[in-house]
Amino acid sequence: MGSFWKQGEPQVWGTAAALSVTLLMVLVLVGVVMVNGLGFFWPSDTALVALTDGSKLLGQVSATEKATHAHGKRLQFKVGNRDLYGQDFRWVEERDIRTISWPHDSVVLERKENGNFHGFLKSVSLEGLAAPAAASPWETLRGALKEVSGLRNTLAETGQVMADMSSETEQLRLKILKLSHSGATANRGEISRLTSRREKLLAQFDVLLERFNESSEALEKPAAVFTDAAGEEKDIPLNAIVRAYRPNTMGVFAKASFYAGKVRELLLDEPRESNTEGGLFPAIFGTVMMVLLMSVFSLPFGVVAAVYLREYAREGLIVRIVRIAVNNLAGVPSIVYGVFGLGFFVYGIGGGIDRLFYPERLPTPTFGTGGILWASLTLAILTVPVVIVSTEEGLASVPKGLREGSLSLGATKFQTLKNVVLPMATPGIMTGLILAMARAAGEVAPLMLVGVVKLAPTLPLDGTFPFFHVDRKFMHLGFHIYDVGFQSPNVEAAKPMVFVTTLLLLAIVIAASSLAIHMRNKMKKRYATKAF
Amino acid sequence: MDLDITNPLSDPVLEIAGLNLYYGASPALRDIALSIPRKQVTAFIGPSGCGKSTLLRCFNRMNDLLDNVRIEGSIKLDGDEITSPALDVISLRRRVGMVFQQSNPFPKSIYENIVYGLRIAGVNDKKTLDETVERSLKGAAIWDEVKDRLQDSALGLSGGQAQRICIARAIAVNPEIILMDEPCSALDPIATAKIEELINELKDLYTVVIVTHNMQQAARVSDYTAFLYLGELVEYGETKKIFTNPDNRHTEDYITGRFG
Repeated sequence: MGSFWKQGEPQVWGTAAALSVTLLMVLVLVGVVMVNGLGFFWPSDTALVALTDGSKLLGQVSATEKATHAHGKRLQFKVGNRDLYGQDFRWVEERDIRTISWPHDSVVLERKENGNFHGFLKSVSLEGLAAPAAASPWETLRGALKEVSGLRNTLAETGQVMADMSSETEQLRLKILKLSHSGATANRGEISRLTSRREKLLAQFDVLLERFNESSEALEKPAAVFTDAAGEEKDIPLNAIVRAYRPNTMGVFAKASFYAGKVRELLLDEPRESNTEGGLFPAIFGTVMMVLLMSVFSLPFGVVAAVYLREYAREGLIVRIVRIAVNNLAGVPSIVYGVFGLGFFVYGIGGGIDRLFYPERLPTPTFGTGGILWASLTLAILTVPVVIVSTEEGLASVPKGLREGSLSLGATKFQTLKNVVLPMATPGIMTGLILAMARAAGEVAPLMLVGVVKLAPTLPLDGTFPFFHVDRKFMHLGFHIYDVGFQSPNVEAAKPMVFVTTLLLLAIVIAASSLAIHMRNKMKKRYATKAF
Repeated sequence: MDLDITNPLSDPVLEIAGLNLYYGASPALRDIALSIPRKQVTAFIGPSGCGKSTLLRCFNRMNDLLDNVRIEGSIKLDGDEITSPALDVISLRRRVGMVFQQSNPFPKSIYENIVYGLRIAGVNDKKTLDETVERSLKGAAIWDEVKDRLQDSALGLSGGQAQRICIARAIAVNPEIILMDEPCSALDPIATAKIEELINELKDLYTVVIVTHNMQQAARVSDYTAFLYLGELVEYGETKKIFTNPDNRHTEDYITGRFG
């Protein structure tokens, strides 16, 4: 019995079991997220349910569970029509259901507001449209919708022109403000020149705006009449409809292409309906941008600090204290970094920049408010200890013989570092970067204080000078999860979006890490010594 | 001064006098005095911890890398005092090359390994570099083995080849002296034989100082031998004499394998 314990067999089993439990938990987590997230875009059939009390409902089955008091099941239907019923979902006891049918002509509308509409198409009014009335109201609706979406795009282009114009007038306003701040009398000529240019622009803008308003009013006119399950009629403007489809007539192929379209929308479009519908592009973009910017700050700082600590600083009390401090920094709660970033970067440095360079705009802050630059810097401080620790390990793993070989050839310490030691330490440095990026992509708490917002009107990167606007606020997938899942007025409808967002965030972290790991392995291969 | 052509010791390249070296408070070398003859092979032998590697590392100031090392006395390279703190260590190391116990090629191509010393000195002329590579690799007797794969990584070479690359790398900067710190201790007998043959050829152009544990090797390759014991120079003289008729009983005991 004694030898059984001594040989360590049970300990091996114990460690193996611990590993498998950990792996299993990770797999289950990813599995749950995938099951809940991936099914979201699949257009499931709509059921017309006749209840025993004589009422009817039309909806997609979204969940089933065991009834609390009876032996049967309880079904949850996504019935939509929030504007009619007040809520999107309805629980029904199985025993209350008399019949279920799957009518071919049931229509699901994705709307810009108030969620989905489930019902039947009655008639289409083509007021102001060129599209002809087709044989069936459904065909007419499809043609009309196509035309409306074309018109909407033209309108959006005008809107873009107007946005560019208004940002130009804003630039002019700020320029005038700056000039009059530095001396209204001295710059009188320039100011009046700019003012007249601005007024000209504003006049042009007003003309455009009027045209824009007219067109959008005209776009509100074509509408369609729908009826819900109970037969109640509802007038819906075609412009309010994003998508219309009849899931019960769609084959697998049609559904798959619908799914692909939804995924495309998710990745490339802006969010709608307080983020619970539409795309996630600004959040994806913001997350990636922020992580990249964070790496740009954190990597050089961490590497330089580690090089000093390991190669130049004389081992002693101070270095030991610094090292302990660095290691402990990694354990500080992230919200503390957020508060620090807010106080130091946003109010301190940002406020200072505003007072120095943009005094005319005060009290409206320019840099003295959260932005992607401050968020990246805050996260860079948060992740720099990770980079320092792994860079130090990388430097320590470079064999002494190689340093001596370089020095014995007459290289200075710096040349040795640059030509031999640092290249050989890159795999270690990359490891630090991977950990830092994974950590930064997942942080939410500090970001809420230093620049992440629920909905950013503009991306930090765009076509107007200076192209990369580091002072802009941005959206972030991690915050998006929190916001959609816990701050949304319609939590039940937002639930699938939470899983989808989580899945995307995981995918981004995994993709970034895989890329870095791939690069690290390539470097490792380059520096691996052949065994004798 | 009369120059005795028949005795190389009358034209030493290195003159060491009254050399003491301390690691912290404990002495590692005591009152060493010897002259290293020009273009000859000098071997340092002695049991582990006797200070032979430490002495070797004084000649290119590699001991500077360690904290707590204190050196007293004088080492003159062609009359220049090299223990003085004012000395330019970089130029000293160009004059005194070194080959280490473990071959240590850089994780670069063979070509880049050889020209490393030139590149860091600011030489980037392609023709000079090419010529240096060929001359050094030929000088290290490895040209024929690697001439077709100069751009391959030096990490792919065998131990013996890597050690000869390190020798080629050392002679690429044209040093006066090459220090070898047990260059064959990690090699098999065939590779060792090649290196020993190479050492014999090197002495036409360079002064070689070699530290070795292997007494037969010292007897085979060196012209002069110094026996160190516990940080002191016990006996120094022509190899023939040290190995056949040593003056000191300690030396005799060590050489005949009675201790060590």
